[in-house]
Amino acid sequence: MTWGVVLVTAAGCYLFKLAGLSLPRSLLSSPRVQRVAALLPVALLAALVGVQTFATGRSLVLDARAVGLLAAAVALAVRAPFLVVVVAAAAAAALVRALS
Amino acid sequence: MSADAPRIVVRDAVGVGTAVGTYGVSFGAVAVAAGFSVPQACALSVLAFTGASQFALVGVLGAGGGPVSGVATALLLGSRNALYGLRLASLLRLRGLGERVIGAQLVIDETTAMALARSAGEAARLAFWATGLSIYVVWNLATLLGALGAEALGDPAALGLDAAVPAAFLALLVPQLRDPLSRWTAVAGALVALALVPFAAPGVPVLAAGLVAVAAGGWRR
Repeated sequence: MTWGVVLVTAAGCYLFKLAGLSLPRSLLSSPRVQRVAALLPVALLAALVGVQTFATGRSLVLDARAVGLLAAAVALAVRAPFLVVVVAAAAAAALVRALS
Repeated sequence: MSADAPRIVVRDAVGVGTAVGTYGVSFGAVAVAAGFSVPQACALSVLAFTGASQFALVGVLGAGGGPVSGVATALLLGSRNALYGLRLASLLRLRGLGERVIGAQLVIDETTAMALARSAGEAARLAFWATGLSIYVVWNLATLLGALGAEALGDPAALGLDAAVPAAFLALLVPQLRDPLSRWTAVAGALVALALVPFAAPGVPVLAAGLVAVAAGGWRR
């Protein structure tokens, strides 16, 4: 990977934080803007879950990652901490691959 | 003793900081599995320091997405920190350029939640700084450990690291599904992205799902 994507992402993320602390509060007082901003991470994270589980390039696939996601969902349902959720998914997918 | 007593504020902050910071292990591991070097993974944690955006960048690029869609997804996810900053500015009363420049880097989900949970101004300030600094230290050490570990272990698919990425996104998503509108937005976002997978370059379907949020949040007054 290039350093360009690392540095542009880092600079952009930092500038958003600094802008929030520095800009006048009235700028984002519109309820519509606030609602869109609150829903943006929801839509993007859900899309990332879907695509990162069920897509390989431009194909939709069902593979060991789906079992991993199921394990993550179970771990979340019993309120396991973040690291347990992630490790459960990785372990489940690795197990399916080792067995198949 | 009041819940706003400094000792209790700091104890809670360090507890959250340690718990949240350790996620950095998984970020470091998946970043290296996605093709980033150990210094690049660490640079993202030091400089970007916002988990969802970092995971998004390495997730999209690791799955073959182009740099533009990877960076755009990361920045769209990072934009919520600006809203947190707007809410925190009056509460934190950061003094001078130095406090603002350093404090800005610590404006993330957890520091905002911990600061807003305190009633009094001084306790909120202490909660923000103590939570932010402890997450920052642990997150960066954990990133280094995870990146070195993944580099030493090798084959990411055999370790299931590709399945760890969507699991991390799911764990970040679930706490945000508080009401029917957010749940339907999540379902629609995932379906729109999956429907576009065969027709668009990798990375683009996720960005298109952002339009679902614009539609869902903007259609009512």
